[in-house]
Amino acid sequence: MNVPMLNDFSQELTTLNLGPTHPATHGIFQNILQMDGERIVSGVPTIGYIHRAFEKIAERRPFYQITPLTDRMNYCSSPINNMGWHMTVEKLLGVTVPKRAQYMRVIMMELARIADHLVCNGILGVDTGAFTGFLYVFEERENIYEIYEEVCGSRLTTNMGRVGGMERDFSDVAIQKLRTWLKRFPDVMREFEKLFNRNRIFMDRTIDVGGITAEKALNYGFTGPNLRATGVDYDVRVMNPYSSYDDFDFEIPVGTKGDTYDRYLVRNAEIWQSLRIIEQALENLPEGPFHADAPHYYLPPKQAVYKNMEALIYHFKIIMGEIEAPVGEVYHSVEGGNGELGFYLISDGGRTPYRLHFRRPCFIYYQAYPEMVVGQSLSDAILTLSSMNVIAGELDA
Amino acid sequence: MADPIEESAAAQATAVAQEDPNKLTNAKILARLQELFGAETFTDVEEPYGLLTATTTRERIHEIIQTLAGEQDLKMHFLTTMCGVHFPESEGKELSMVYHLHSLVNNVRLRLKIFFPIADPVVPTLTDVYATANWMEREAYDFYGIIFQGHPNLIRILNVEDMDYHPMRREYPLEDGTREDKTDLFFGR
Repeated sequence: MNVPMLNDFSQELTTLNLGPTHPATHGIFQNILQMDGERIVSGVPTIGYIHRAFEKIAERRPFYQITPLTDRMNYCSSPINNMGWHMTVEKLLGVTVPKRAQYMRVIMMELARIADHLVCNGILGVDTGAFTGFLYVFEERENIYEIYEEVCGSRLTTNMGRVGGMERDFSDVAIQKLRTWLKRFPDVMREFEKLFNRNRIFMDRTIDVGGITAEKALNYGFTGPNLRATGVDYDVRVMNPYSSYDDFDFEIPVGTKGDTYDRYLVRNAEIWQSLRIIEQALENLPEGPFHADAPHYYLPPKQAVYKNMEALIYHFKIIMGEIEAPVGEVYHSVEGGNGELGFYLISDGGRTPYRLHFRRPCFIYYQAYPEMVVGQSLSDAILTLSSMNVIAGELDA
Repeated sequence: MADPIEESAAAQATAVAQEDPNKLTNAKILARLQELFGAETFTDVEEPYGLLTATTTRERIHEIIQTLAGEQDLKMHFLTTMCGVHFPESEGKELSMVYHLHSLVNNVRLRLKIFFPIADPVVPTLTDVYATANWMEREAYDFYGIIFQGHPNLIRILNVEDMDYHPMRREYPLEDGTREDKTDLFFGR
């Protein structure tokens, strides 16, 4: 019998390049997928397309000038990166930050977390075909950026804060904007949740998609919402509190299955918790200085530099990078938008770090992506990627 | 040694005091480590900024981390990060790997270091213990040329494939070394 060998034909695999620049990948990374029809058989992620050698550059820069490197890593929540770096240097120098500055930092970091989660969840909606929700929340992200602008002067790469505290105090306008935003945001958020949480199409597309077990997630080094979606309640803000996080009353939302829907729910729940923290911090914002009394490290205000000789000298010394850090090695971590963002700093007593290593959460958990999508369809892989919130700038550093 | 601790806990028997005997201090971790692997395994034990740091050898590192991953007293089952460091001045110990371990249950961290010569940059891989070690080791290979024996896919990760050097080593300056307009002579006296 001359029957064509259909068996062989059906087992032929297609190689599909998902990325490097595909609109659905939200960043520059390539996935070389082996497809059996619509089903993914295996995948190889390739990264490094926007590698900018931050760790090498940091070895040549004084501590101040490293701040702009950090806010270009996770550009969806730059203030968290900035503050994390400042806290690392403060730990090395032994500078204690006053309570008011700590509360101000908490407010800005939580705003950044909300903006990060809003973008992630909004885009997850776009990937399922629902553009409306994205428009709703993107307006709120703009409003958060207005608050950034009022506090530090810039919107995306914020460069917020200083070693030793904040650059300037909250102005009345900033407080006013914050209060107005706090009043209007919950309604928008409720509407956004109403749009998706019990939406039949959204649930069908996300439940049991891209799941990972808690054990595997820990083995892969997951942290942040991606780990909490699997049911592990690890949060740096609670386990190793920094910046007076232990003063505030909030919960750690966890999921059960670790699939795309769980990650979405955990992020939404975290937004509500962040709102709680901001409200408490704003309510109890202590009076007092907004920076530490550490003239060797804290850049003096510009007005003082013009009129005060001492301030001019310190300004010059700091800008020219003449402050020397003590010898030592520090590891400090903060809860970034998508996980434990750690800074490992070795100082040999010079003006620049001897070695600075960033623990970028995206870099660590993105390697689990092929395992999470094997056996699923291509459209599921897109949703898994956007719900993991892989930020290309943080992946490559 | 365990008896007096248990007795005091039973004697106090309050909710506040119950936590204390179980809480892992750096001294207890170190005692347990030395009990497991021998006192001579760990040198240069320090506590910079409260984080227990110890140096060991590349012959023992895999065994230590593998044992700690399944060990029930310390529960050091989370590899936070690992990275290479280059010290060109120290003869025979030019390269270093730094491992950060974390016990999520006990909420304590541990930093382990190994030093080895740049002429023989071979260390065992941890990919059989932690899946997360895969890319971190590729990064260390890419930047420092550290070869991880047994790694399934030891290729460059962030830099281009046809590079023939390891750019994070100290002998490669960030900028063009022949430029004279950016001399460091008057900078930072």
